[in-house]
Amino acid sequence: MRLTCPFCGSRGVEEFTYRGDATVRRPAGEASAEAWVDYVYLRDNPAGPHQELWYHGAGCRSWLVVTRDTRTHQITEVRAARAVAQAEHKEGAA
Amino acid sequence: MQTDRYSLFALLREAMRGNTGWKPAWRKATPAPTYDYVIVGGGGHGLATAYYLARRYGGQRIAVVEKGWIGGGNVGRNTTIVRSNYLLPGNEPFYECAMKLWEGLEQDINYNAMVSQRGVLNLFHNDAQRGAYIRRGNAMRLHGVDAELLDTQAVREKVPFLNFDDARFPIRGGLLQRRGGTVRHDAVAWGYARAADRLGVDIIENCEVTGIRLEGGRAVGVETTRGFIGAGKLGLACAGNSSRVAGMAGLRLPIESHVLQAFVSEGIKPFIDCVVTFGAGHFYISQSDKGGLVFGGDIDGYNSYAQRGNLPVIEDVCEGGMALMPRIGRVRLLRHWGGIMDMSMDGSPIIDHTPVQGLYLNAGWCYGGFKATPASGLCFAHLLARDEPHPVATAYRLDRFARGAVIDEKGMGAQPNLH
Repeated sequence: MRLTCPFCGSRGVEEFTYRGDATVRRPAGEASAEAWVDYVYLRDNPAGPHQELWYHGAGCRSWLVVTRDTRTHQITEVRAARAVAQAEHKEGAA
Repeated sequence: MQTDRYSLFALLREAMRGNTGWKPAWRKATPAPTYDYVIVGGGGHGLATAYYLARRYGGQRIAVVEKGWIGGGNVGRNTTIVRSNYLLPGNEPFYECAMKLWEGLEQDINYNAMVSQRGVLNLFHNDAQRGAYIRRGNAMRLHGVDAELLDTQAVREKVPFLNFDDARFPIRGGLLQRRGGTVRHDAVAWGYARAADRLGVDIIENCEVTGIRLEGGRAVGVETTRGFIGAGKLGLACAGNSSRVAGMAGLRLPIESHVLQAFVSEGIKPFIDCVVTFGAGHFYISQSDKGGLVFGGDIDGYNSYAQRGNLPVIEDVCEGGMALMPRIGRVRLLRHWGGIMDMSMDGSPIIDHTPVQGLYLNAGWCYGGFKATPASGLCFAHLLARDEPHPVATAYRLDRFARGAVIDEKGMGAQPNLH
């Protein structure tokens, strides 16, 4: 499996570290215990396209949001996590 | 007359009459409209559940539905190691219950599962690890389980071919569980299937669950590729795919599915007579009766349902092997494969009710599911029959994450790929 890092190009998966589902969002500090349990422990774990966080530790040290099919390991999109967060923030503000 | 029970006498009789009297190990059952108990998943755990349900709890009208064929999933994809060398009180009695069931399994199910208590040796390489293994050994002994601490000399006598004087990871000793060992994994699946079938359990292969029917918040059966099957009680034992199947009833689980690879070398002469694990990397090895070296290491580390992994982990596992026993360097790899693990958020399994009435869950086995097979079946059968947890499985509750009562053997936190 190879990931195409937006900064470094196509690199072997051994350069990256996996950090799981990229769609979970940390709740507000005063959120309910249920919301926190949901955030820390529960996952959709889909068989199919999965948005996930990878860290390019042996390269540019960027955090990436990768869309990958968990049934085939086919990668359809790699974006910088920063860009994803900024787009989300913009949406939230608008 | 057909031969039903396996024995020396039966073997001789069939030898005399050209092996014409052997009965198929289990019937090709067609689904009935409804059962008292339906188990989803015909792997080791599901079949063991059905067997103990019928045998020990007097359960009747039991079906096991399996999307593929018996022995095609994780029960045929592991490295066949059995042991009960756990540290935490929530785990140790459960795995020891499994160990005791392994010891009596072949007589119990009248099937040669090649249970071989050849010993499991966990090596340590420094003082801190030695301390951790002493603690683990003591915890085991407090639960009445055998554990022996070996010094370097004793390890040398047992397995003289290891790389003892490695500059970075010299071998300082090991923790040995003599009662641990290996069991022929396929035979476990076939043996439980046959034994359950003899007690009237319907084993329905090539029958994939596509939905769970709920009525008034209660699970009443499963939609399958072979039609609807009604269930008094519905048990899920489909680790690897637990999230998908539980999702059909609207549940989200504290589980990620990950791929674990395992390896077999070409057959060589008798070489390793026990199970050895490397303490400085993740590598475990034993030798099958056919002569192949059976070994494995870490999971690949990313969500996957693909039943195949990637090359970096193969390299990592083989490097571990070379660091531990350089003399296997010229042995060729014969084949390798991947299986899909339910990696739970604390590295421990779940055997519990679910919030949906009539729906019970057996999941989250990480990559320790094979050794647990008999106890998992027994405890799940107990839960299904009595509606209360078996005494050795009281810690495996689904709500333990919300309660903060996690069972985290490795102390890694809610990061499934690190367990």
